[in-house]
Amino acid sequence: MQLRNPVMTASGTFGYGTEYTDFMDLGRLGGIFVKGTTLEPRQGNDYPRMAETPSGMLNAVGLQNKGVDYFVEHIYPVIKDYDTRMIVNVSGSTVEDYVACTEKLVGLEKIPAIELNISCPNVKEGGMAFGTSCASAAQVTRAVRKVYPGTLIVKLSPNVTDIAEIARSVEAEGADSVSLVNTFLGMAIDAESRRPKLSTVTGGLSGPCIKPIALRMVWQVFHAVNIPVIGMGGICNWEDAIEFILAGATAIQVGTYNFIDPSASVKIVEGIEEYLLRHNIASVTDLVGAMEMG
Amino acid sequence: MIPMKQLDFTVRSNDKLNDQNHLLKVVPSDNEQLPEMLPGQFVQILVENAQHTFLRRPISINNIVPERNEIWLLVQTVGEGTQKLCEMAVGGRLNMLVPLGNSFTIPSSRGSYLLVGGGVGTAPLLFLGKKLHERGIACDFLLGGASEQNILQRSDFTAYGTLYCTTEDGSLGEKGYVTHHPVLQHKKYDFIFTCGPKPMMVAVARYAHERGIRCEASLENLMACGFGACLCCVEKTTRGNVCACTEGPVFDINELTWLD
Repeated sequence: MQLRNPVMTASGTFGYGTEYTDFMDLGRLGGIFVKGTTLEPRQGNDYPRMAETPSGMLNAVGLQNKGVDYFVEHIYPVIKDYDTRMIVNVSGSTVEDYVACTEKLVGLEKIPAIELNISCPNVKEGGMAFGTSCASAAQVTRAVRKVYPGTLIVKLSPNVTDIAEIARSVEAEGADSVSLVNTFLGMAIDAESRRPKLSTVTGGLSGPCIKPIALRMVWQVFHAVNIPVIGMGGICNWEDAIEFILAGATAIQVGTYNFIDPSASVKIVEGIEEYLLRHNIASVTDLVGAMEMG
Repeated sequence: MIPMKQLDFTVRSNDKLNDQNHLLKVVPSDNEQLPEMLPGQFVQILVENAQHTFLRRPISINNIVPERNEIWLLVQTVGEGTQKLCEMAVGGRLNMLVPLGNSFTIPSSRGSYLLVGGGVGTAPLLFLGKKLHERGIACDFLLGGASEQNILQRSDFTAYGTLYCTTEDGSLGEKGYVTHHPVLQHKKYDFIFTCGPKPMMVAVARYAHERGIRCEASLENLMACGFGACLCCVEKTTRGNVCACTEGPVFDINELTWLD
């Protein structure tokens, strides 16, 4: 899959793109990862689902979506004409769910790739559980690879001891790319009421507070695999994006910061273009993993 | 649907109304014409130089003065973010997303309308009352607070309708909560609009429901984006979980599951 530029938007932070059309031109983006999609419709978790933290936020949305059939019938016809790469994030509770959901996306002409979400921390079954052991990450990747001929990206969880090991296990099963990181498992308590701030007690931490850890993980995975790495985790501006690219990301995703500045992703596209001109670099691909030591 | 915009605004005035509440009047910084805005809609304000404030702050539209190209924002200090907004200097800049959310239903016919607010939840009712007044529709306001200094903008409200008040300490109007006010026993209303603390809105919704009165409530659920992308501010409705920012903040009480 070729991209116009390396800047994409992260699943769960950008809806279906439609939510952002008042604020920006979607055609400026390299791609859009749409909201996590499951075989059956999901209502998600109870309110409250969000807690602000210093330089970030916790969420416990729990994959609220109308299911893959609704996506194919009602959402795809609207988004297929967007002038950018539209990638569907696929999630599930069982291997069979992932496979059945993926099969419904095969053949959608304007969906060149899927992102296998084995890293959602906010669902009771499946989700992150698949992404925290090499064996289960390999199992679900293998099963989906068999039915999906398009570009297969696997989205990794940072809630593991060795993320490079997980990346190698999905590469071995035929993943075309890995994207990382999903959110970090965290929690917050209201000191006055002594109650958890999220209905689920724990949730996923995102935003600039996770950036240094995400950057370290991208760097580790870049040195562990031969497939392209898509980096994300707290990216707010072009400098953050360049850092991820220097650490080894071929492309990046802008996530939580879209909520703060809905046109942040376009500003990052422009910032990278100016950076390349200023440093007289022909292509951003020349920067991938180009961190200089010493 | 009115398109949303991300615009810089300049603070034209900042008036302290009491220890907790400030009224900011802001205008677009580049003299751009204000987009059309409806009562019940809100804005998302970027708070700068606040270490613990990451997300924008959703603030309801208190009033629009088209001839002055001005938005009024009634801000209550809750935490660091709103504290910074209350400290804004005249001439200071605010980046805002405008306008967000749906709006109250503007009735097409004359009738008997009641607007019930509590605390800073009275804010959007001023703009609604003004719009009703412009259409020649008289309305009653029933506003409640802890004490007299918490019933804000009283002279603004009385320009658009009859004002009834309740205070918990009895320092203004009737003593007690809004739902205890005698006007609710004496007058018969066709439509009630409410905004304020949830226990108050639930009590108002119950009053309306029991009498078959149409009622709309404006919610203030915690949110991240304000435009339907994050799915954090959901409210449980008869249609399932929906975003309070885009499907609301105004809901018909029959859509909500409060009285189940």
